[in-house]
Amino acid sequence: MKAAEIHNIHKSYDEVKALGGISMQVEKGEIFGLIGPDGAGKTSLIRILTTLLYPDQGQASIFGMDTIRDFKGIRKIAGYMPGRFSLYQDLSVEENLNFYASIFGTTVSENYHLIKDIYQQIEPFKKRLAGRLSGGMKQKLALSCALIHKPDILFLDEPTTGVDAVSRKEFWEILKNLEEVGITIIVSTPYMDEAELCDRVALMQEGQLLDVDTPANIIGKYDHELYAVESRELHQLIKDLRSFDKTVSAFPFGDTVHLATQEKLRRKELQKFLEEKGHEGIAVQSIEPGIEDCFMNLMRKQNDE
Amino acid sequence: MTNENIIEVENLVKKFGKFTANDRLTFQVKKGEILGFLGANGAGKTTAIKILCGISAPTSGKVSVAGFDAVKHPEKIKQNIGYMSQKFSLYDDLTIRENFRLFGGIYGLSRKSIRQRTEELLKRLELYEYRNRILEALPLGWKQKLAFSVAIMHHPQVVFLDEPTSGVDPVTRRQFWELIYEASEEGKTIFVTTHYMDEAEYCDTVSMMVAGQIRAFGEPRELKTEYGVKSVNDLFIKLARN
Amino acid sequence: MKRFLAFVKKEIQHIFRDTRTMLILFGIPIAQILIFGYVIKNDIKDVDIAVYDQSKDEYTRQITNKLTSSGYFILNRELDNMKNIDRIFKEGEVKLVVVYENNFSKKLHAENNATVQLIADASDPNRANLITNYSGAIIHDFVKDEFHIDQLPYQINSKVRMLYNQNLASVFMFVPGTMALILMLVSAMMTSISIAREKELGTMENLLVSPLRPAQIVVGKVTPYVLLSIINAITILVLGVFVFGLPIRGSLTLLMLESVLFITLSLSLGILISTMSPNQQVAMFISLFALMLPTLLLSGFIFPIENMPKLLQWLSAIMPPKYFITILKNIMLKGTGMAFVWKETLILGGMTAVFIILSVKKFKLRLE
Repeated sequence: MKAAEIHNIHKSYDEVKALGGISMQVEKGEIFGLIGPDGAGKTSLIRILTTLLYPDQGQASIFGMDTIRDFKGIRKIAGYMPGRFSLYQDLSVEENLNFYASIFGTTVSENYHLIKDIYQQIEPFKKRLAGRLSGGMKQKLALSCALIHKPDILFLDEPTTGVDAVSRKEFWEILKNLEEVGITIIVSTPYMDEAELCDRVALMQEGQLLDVDTPANIIGKYDHELYAVESRELHQLIKDLRSFDKTVSAFPFGDTVHLATQEKLRRKELQKFLEEKGHEGIAVQSIEPGIEDCFMNLMRKQNDE
Repeated sequence: MTNENIIEVENLVKKFGKFTANDRLTFQVKKGEILGFLGANGAGKTTAIKILCGISAPTSGKVSVAGFDAVKHPEKIKQNIGYMSQKFSLYDDLTIRENFRLFGGIYGLSRKSIRQRTEELLKRLELYEYRNRILEALPLGWKQKLAFSVAIMHHPQVVFLDEPTSGVDPVTRRQFWELIYEASEEGKTIFVTTHYMDEAEYCDTVSMMVAGQIRAFGEPRELKTEYGVKSVNDLFIKLARN
Repeated sequence: MKRFLAFVKKEIQHIFRDTRTMLILFGIPIAQILIFGYVIKNDIKDVDIAVYDQSKDEYTRQITNKLTSSGYFILNRELDNMKNIDRIFKEGEVKLVVVYENNFSKKLHAENNATVQLIADASDPNRANLITNYSGAIIHDFVKDEFHIDQLPYQINSKVRMLYNQNLASVFMFVPGTMALILMLVSAMMTSISIAREKELGTMENLLVSPLRPAQIVVGKVTPYVLLSIINAITILVLGVFVFGLPIRGSLTLLMLESVLFITLSLSLGILISTMSPNQQVAMFISLFALMLPTLLLSGFIFPIENMPKLLQWLSAIMPPKYFITILKNIMLKGTGMAFVWKETLILGGMTAVFIILSVKKFKLRLE
């Protein structure tokens, strides 16, 4: 049985189309990433899967339970962490956790082993009101509350948005540990670099699926040659590379520009072209694409269609 | 970038009760410079930005922005800066043009220059034909670019951008940075915070705040060499974890 | 059951940690009852009256004595003709003129019929109403004590046309009215706000994605407010009885049961409002305009329903507080039992059932 089966889901809010016919499957026990910017439809999809929203069209099921008919069954086995911090700010850390445990008919001590690693970090502040916690601690508490009833499947809606790089890294380490316990995780994120931490990902853009696959396969499907080009003047470099006749796209990536071309380049040719434009410190290197390169490439193709 | 300092901060301290949010910050930013202001959540970035914008007074220390003292003339500073954040942007229920007119009016531009700037900036974004659209239904990426244009409409000397690209798609994110580059080339100083570490590499200078202090400050290239790391992301993790 | 108790516990924690809620819950009822109470009490204290006694006999003196010793009236002056009444009222001190006819005692003995005329300054109609009610009641009492009969054949002839209210209900009207108003407010507004708050903060998402049943959420929300509303009802009654001398002539048990019925009705109305409100502001707004204003204006609390245009009278018929106020007046002031209030009780019960069914039906299991 699949952890989630999604078939041709459509969803619109008034005029705005949030999901335009999405189909995919999530395997049991994997970390599945929904990757895309705001407006891609990630939150709508998660809300449909957690039985919070009706799809306009199409079906979805979680462990074989239909999200419309068997919503009660799903609500028993799903853990959910909404995008916005949504715990009771006027209750303490401990009170929040106890409350969520008891509405699922369990106790904190029963499943403490599951949340131990996370909860230990906030336990010194267990008497503090949740509203007075720092951002990172709130996030850990929210995850603890979503986990306390030992869900079979965990839905995380943008858990790392607005969170600094260090806390993000810690958060993903926690998710990896949960995967080992056998919990299926569906997580959404706008950060493309997090895709590589998932077993499989769905790349989403404006309610459409760009691709669903393992990160490695998505990278393998990349159909251009890619170069990392460096020079002293990054902004000028982008402009000049775009005027280069073999360029498909040129975008800044960190301190280099990723240049995609249809065919293999002779490095000297590019070197010469840039020298003529007056660049200094030129370096050209053939590189493997990342998920972000692939995403941008797929976006461009979708726009061309 | 010129050698003229547009932001000068010396021993800036801000305390909330016993808690020190900003601990003896000292740095300068030059005209036209793009400064990436980085730090973990709760490191004290927002507090520092509020002081630089003249919204909040420092506990002690000297702060001057665009030639004005942040303690004595905060209102003068406000006239000379632009501000944009993910949270405060434009009014969703007004059209693009109405938003421009409103914010132009707030900054005291004449009707004529509001009209000129609106046309100029919208044509640059290739959104001029949409000028009578209500903002609400527009894509997030457009809104962020429009918000940036509004923030630079009155030709401020410094523009503060607080996580301007959060949640924006990768292509629009890069287009946004091209707008930042252009503003910098026009001589505007850019003060930007972000959680996308690759964006930190696009800055002329990055500042890394840890627990209220500036732990590292300099060109990304030099800092990476100095700390022996491959990217600003690694630098961030290295410094923030200690 | 454990889930439900955990939910109730959480609600109580919310209430007791929010000083604003606490203030609204307990401060407003007390403040309101004291304000209403003292405004009305001061109104009818040491009112100046003038007496034109044409017979000056035993009874007229006794009645005048009774009036002035009641604490409500002070004898300002005695008159010897009717001509000056206009001028006296214009001076502003005297609010009531009592006129005894000639041969008052004689007539009363001989014909069982004597006339005392009460002329009130009706420039302030409410006050005039109160004053004539009080003075009329005192005269009535006198006759009752003296002749042991319940009917006094006297005639009130005042410049305002007013109904004689045998139970002095207008004096104590504010207590039942305030009680209805406050129970409505506390129960309906607080529950609707507290559900709307969960929506606004996003915590409703977490609750929905849990095995909690909607009935558990709704009842869990309501339970603490039922308890608090009962405490409020008792507070208001205690204040009414001990500070303002309000009588409770009927059965206290029946009174409390009726209160609980009305509280339940208000709570289900509150839940209904919350299903329509996406956030706390809207909930507050609807509560104020759908509940508080109609309660104040249309339930007979301030303006008598009989004097309203037909359209408003019909509207007032669907205002739950109207029936509750009638029940309260009957039990507290008239001392009547279930036999006299069964109709109103049935109406309230029916309304409650409708609201509960509607709100459970409308309570959304999903976010839309």
